[in-house]
Amino acid sequence: MSGKAPEAMPAAARVRLLPVLGLLLALALLCALPFVLSSYRTFQFTMALVYAIVLLGLNILTGYNGQISLGHGAFYAVGAYVAAILMDRYGVPYWATIPASGLVCLVFGYLFGLPALRLQGHYLALATFALAVAMPQLLKYKGIEAWTGGVQGIVILKPDPPAGLPFTQDQWLYLLTLAIATLMFALAWNLVHSRVGRALMAIRDHPVAAEAMGVNSAWFKSAAFGISAFYTGIAGALGAIVIQFVAPDSFTAVLSINFLVGVVIGGLASISGAIWGALFIQFVPNFADHISKAAPWAIYGIFLIAFAYVMPAGVAGFLRLMWTRARARWVRSL
Amino acid sequence: MEAFLHQVLSGLATGGIYASLALALVMIYQSTHHINFAQGEMAMFSTYLAWTMIAAGVSWWLAFVVTVLASFVIGMLIERFLIRPVEHAPVLTVVIVFIGLLVILNSVAGWIYSYTIKSFPSPFPAEPVLGGLMSAHELGAIGVTLVVLVLLYVFFQFTPLGLAMRATAQNPVSSRLVGIRVGWMLALGWGLAAAIGAVAGMMIAPVVYLDPNMMSGVLLYAFAAALLGGIDSPGGAVIGGFIVGVLENVMGAFVIGTELKLTIALILIISVLLVRPSGLFGRVIVSRV
Amino acid sequence: MAALLEVSQLHAGYGALMVLHGISFAVEERGITALLGANGAGKTTTLRAVCGMLKVRGGVVLSGESIAGRSTEDIVRRGVAHVPDGRGTFLHLTTEENLRLGAYTRRDRAGVAEDLERCYTYFPRLKERRAQQAGTLSGGEQQMLAISRALMLRPRLLLLDEPSFGLAPMIVQEIFRIMQRIREEHDVGILLVEQNASLALEVADHAYLLETGTVVLGGRSEQVRQNEAVRKSYLGY
Repeated sequence: MSGKAPEAMPAAARVRLLPVLGLLLALALLCALPFVLSSYRTFQFTMALVYAIVLLGLNILTGYNGQISLGHGAFYAVGAYVAAILMDRYGVPYWATIPASGLVCLVFGYLFGLPALRLQGHYLALATFALAVAMPQLLKYKGIEAWTGGVQGIVILKPDPPAGLPFTQDQWLYLLTLAIATLMFALAWNLVHSRVGRALMAIRDHPVAAEAMGVNSAWFKSAAFGISAFYTGIAGALGAIVIQFVAPDSFTAVLSINFLVGVVIGGLASISGAIWGALFIQFVPNFADHISKAAPWAIYGIFLIAFAYVMPAGVAGFLRLMWTRARARWVRSL
Repeated sequence: MEAFLHQVLSGLATGGIYASLALALVMIYQSTHHINFAQGEMAMFSTYLAWTMIAAGVSWWLAFVVTVLASFVIGMLIERFLIRPVEHAPVLTVVIVFIGLLVILNSVAGWIYSYTIKSFPSPFPAEPVLGGLMSAHELGAIGVTLVVLVLLYVFFQFTPLGLAMRATAQNPVSSRLVGIRVGWMLALGWGLAAAIGAVAGMMIAPVVYLDPNMMSGVLLYAFAAALLGGIDSPGGAVIGGFIVGVLENVMGAFVIGTELKLTIALILIISVLLVRPSGLFGRVIVSRV
Repeated sequence: MAALLEVSQLHAGYGALMVLHGISFAVEERGITALLGANGAGKTTTLRAVCGMLKVRGGVVLSGESIAGRSTEDIVRRGVAHVPDGRGTFLHLTTEENLRLGAYTRRDRAGVAEDLERCYTYFPRLKERRAQQAGTLSGGEQQMLAISRALMLRPRLLLLDEPSFGLAPMIVQEIFRIMQRIREEHDVGILLVEQNASLALEVADHAYLLETGTVVLGGRSEQVRQNEAVRKSYLGY
């Protein structure tokens, strides 16, 4: 036995080091992306990163805290419009609108979360879906047209990279989004592995027991809504800047459904799931379009069903399962 | 006053359709604990099938009967081959399957029939009835809805098969122990729901015109109606449907105009839910911990 | 007399967790066999295995026909009625609807009506409450309802899982008295699972003692009752 132990140690240490190295490698590759891909592809990946931030936020609410939201498109729209209005009507520099959108949505999300405390499951889904349905109509409302630009929306100028840096506008936006996304992911990872994260999950799994242990369910649930909206608001602002345009019909209820699809396909209650989900909702519709011009959404629907069958725990869950099995086989072979 | 009465009666007509769809949603929910988000698209597809037959010269009521039967069978097949394999998956994963089905049906309908709006004939005469208060179609729709609801009630309350289906919805394990083939009951439930959806689609198509997206608003109202009544109460779903129908019409005509009426209707419903979180007639589940 | 139910080398469990490790026992025609044992011994698992609610390995033979591996619905149609632990009442249906469901697989309407009346004779209280929601019945009444529902099948084999559970001693006595009456008036064999060993040994002809998934003792109930170990651990004297 003693002969085996020293040999096993370095191998186990290698296993723990692997994810960290892998992460750094992935990050390096991601940074290199805009310099090897076309402008359009870079734009697509930038949007994928934006969606990843949204899904991260949605996952905190739905995956880790068990509150279903079919209305995150509304928070996304609010973030986008706040950024657009600040830039277009008040001349605020683009980078300042990002945290501003986040904060506005934080408050908005928290306030929405308060009455939502009374609703569970399908009832909450309906309430959030109502928000998603209402948003385009509210945005078109004549009374606030002076700010929102009504049906035509608002056009934003594409920002330039800071003086001296040798990037194109698209490359700069990509790198900025990547930096913000990395920060948001790090914050989310910390949150989920902290006391707060455990409280959120306890409330999801057994609300009564959580209360009995002294967890203030109401506060945490509303806070989860607020944090989730914060993330989505930041993503909304980034999205507006990248697309350079906001209009009511860009934020229909379908967007909210897409976000839910992304978070489930990516993997609920998983940080990495946000990335897989974002890649899915950004690229699979395009891919489906390539396969069939006549009925692309039918192909998309088939993909959805196929993923649900093969990976019921999402891509992240599936990968975790494969990794666990591979590692078990490796340990047995030692 | 007459205008108000007209809107209320119109509202009852559309309300009957919402009631039927809401009932279909509750039926599937009671037996499987899933909401069939694709119910609207299934109804839309059935209506297109009917349209194909009518356009080929088949009489309206014959097309109606064939469509209802075909929808029944298709509903059973969907349950058996699409839904049964994932019945043990997490709730949201099953929701994805429903969304997939919804999207496929919508897309295929658009592909086969194109997205141009088609008119769908009504089997009832064109002249208004009741002294001009409502159209014959609206009265007919209420009539058809009531017939469907009564037939369903009789089926569930007074036939052995209906009893078996109620038993399966409440307690599948005990149902097995008395020999009920639970799988068949689930398929039957889906078949019935699909048939009800087909009836609803054919009743509303003459009013809203036939296009692949015609049922999305209707489904949302039906979903809201089912929740308003209480997601586990079939009677509540029916009452909720009629309330929502009248509310929508009255709101749209007198309060807010057609663009925002959906929003206002939903806000009103959610306000009710905040006061009674399990719906008007839903069972408040008191669970022992 | 050929056995009604013969179980041989039965292995069963829940997924990867094996609970029964090759048990064997029999129920005679028109006999009562008791399965005794403490919590977790595998008694409920045995009943579930017999009526096809679990994957099994081994032999389960009903009147010469193998039923191992068949679905519950098929086994029920072969005349096996199971009164589960917790009674399995359809709480939101009426008493009479519960009883009619017991006869779901039968085609003879006259026979069903006859059996319904007979159940009401055994348990007059059920007749009083025939239109009431079953969930509003007391524990004892629900147990009577559960047994009656099983009898509505006109079963050849009746599986009873802890009928005395949670009931007042007087009600338990009444139920056990009726159990003996059922055995006399019907052509049915009973497999009885009970934690209340002394009561079970009074009514049963044969008894088997289960401990962590194996049969450690079996035979005629008089013999089992006099066994030293059984007396000390399960009968208290």
